[in-house]
Amino acid sequence: MKERVLLILPCYNEEVALPVLLTELQHTEFPNHYQVDVVVVNDCSKDKTAQVAKQFKVALIDLPMNLGIGGAVQTGLQYAFRNKYDYAIQLDGDGQHPPHQVATLLAAQQQYKADVVIGSRFVGNGEGFQSSFIRRLGIRYFHWLNRLFTGNQIFDSTSGFRLLNKRAIALAAMHYPDEYPEPESLILFAKAGYSIVEVSVQMRQRQGGASSIGSTASIYYSLKVSLSMFFTFIRQSKY
Amino acid sequence: MVRIQILTIVTNILFLVYIARLIVKGKLREEYAIVWIVCTLFIMVFSFWRKGLDVMAHLLGVYEAPNLVFTGAIFAILIYLLHLSIVASKLQNNIKQLSQEIALMKMRLDNNDNPA
Repeated sequence: MKERVLLILPCYNEEVALPVLLTELQHTEFPNHYQVDVVVVNDCSKDKTAQVAKQFKVALIDLPMNLGIGGAVQTGLQYAFRNKYDYAIQLDGDGQHPPHQVATLLAAQQQYKADVVIGSRFVGNGEGFQSSFIRRLGIRYFHWLNRLFTGNQIFDSTSGFRLLNKRAIALAAMHYPDEYPEPESLILFAKAGYSIVEVSVQMRQRQGGASSIGSTASIYYSLKVSLSMFFTFIRQSKY
Repeated sequence: MVRIQILTIVTNILFLVYIARLIVKGKLREEYAIVWIVCTLFIMVFSFWRKGLDVMAHLLGVYEAPNLVFTGAIFAILIYLLHLSIVASKLQNNIKQLSQEIALMKMRLDNNDNPA
């Protein structure tokens, strides 16, 4: 029996990048033993993202209000949970995460039987996308925080390009942070006892749209994420 | 009775009436009104019992009675602000879940209208 994979594309004002990505997805060959579906989550974009998505044969979740990346991804995960998908993979709507690397994540899941697979820019050869100095500094800091809280060696904890298996989907559909969810959710998964592996992928520069984190916001970002990682760490788990 | 006592008592009564009106009209939920009513009653007690403030200050070891008023009032305000932040957080969470649910339902409806 084929395993079912849902690609979740969270989008906010991605009318430029989304058609490129969706066209690319149509031409991407996935391994035969997977049935791959795509869902676009439109996070109440101000541009024509929803209309653009409707021109393609993909499922579209149209949020009535802007929830932020975490809320949008979670909605996709809830869809995956209710439709009993085996795996969910987040693929950013701006085209940073190349569709052909989806197979890399799936292969890593097969190999390591992990609950969460992160597509990382900093493991292995680390070719392709290089980010700014400040961003790299932040990533080192989060590596340290993650090791402190969970003991996991995760180099690219801010990467949104990740695969969740069935039980990780079930957890995240219930509990997932709204704002800057990537590093924080790793603590959540680690505390639930889920295994996390990182594989090297090549990422690209975004094809359009703007980063969710500006340079002035990066201090707020680190502060907010540190706080929420800490509180996720000390919180008594209800699950 | 001194003039200031009459003034505070009258203001207090007007305030209570206003809060009662808001509750009756459904513009204020009872649970948020409790704080306001308790505060009003508190002020009411000290409006009648003028010496009470000095007695309380003496009991608590505060030299100047007005300082007790300021400390108490600021503390109460901070606690109430915290309470409002909690309410806002809860509302935000509820709204998030609502919009996710609406989005997923809207999607199912669209799929029923034009099945692929």
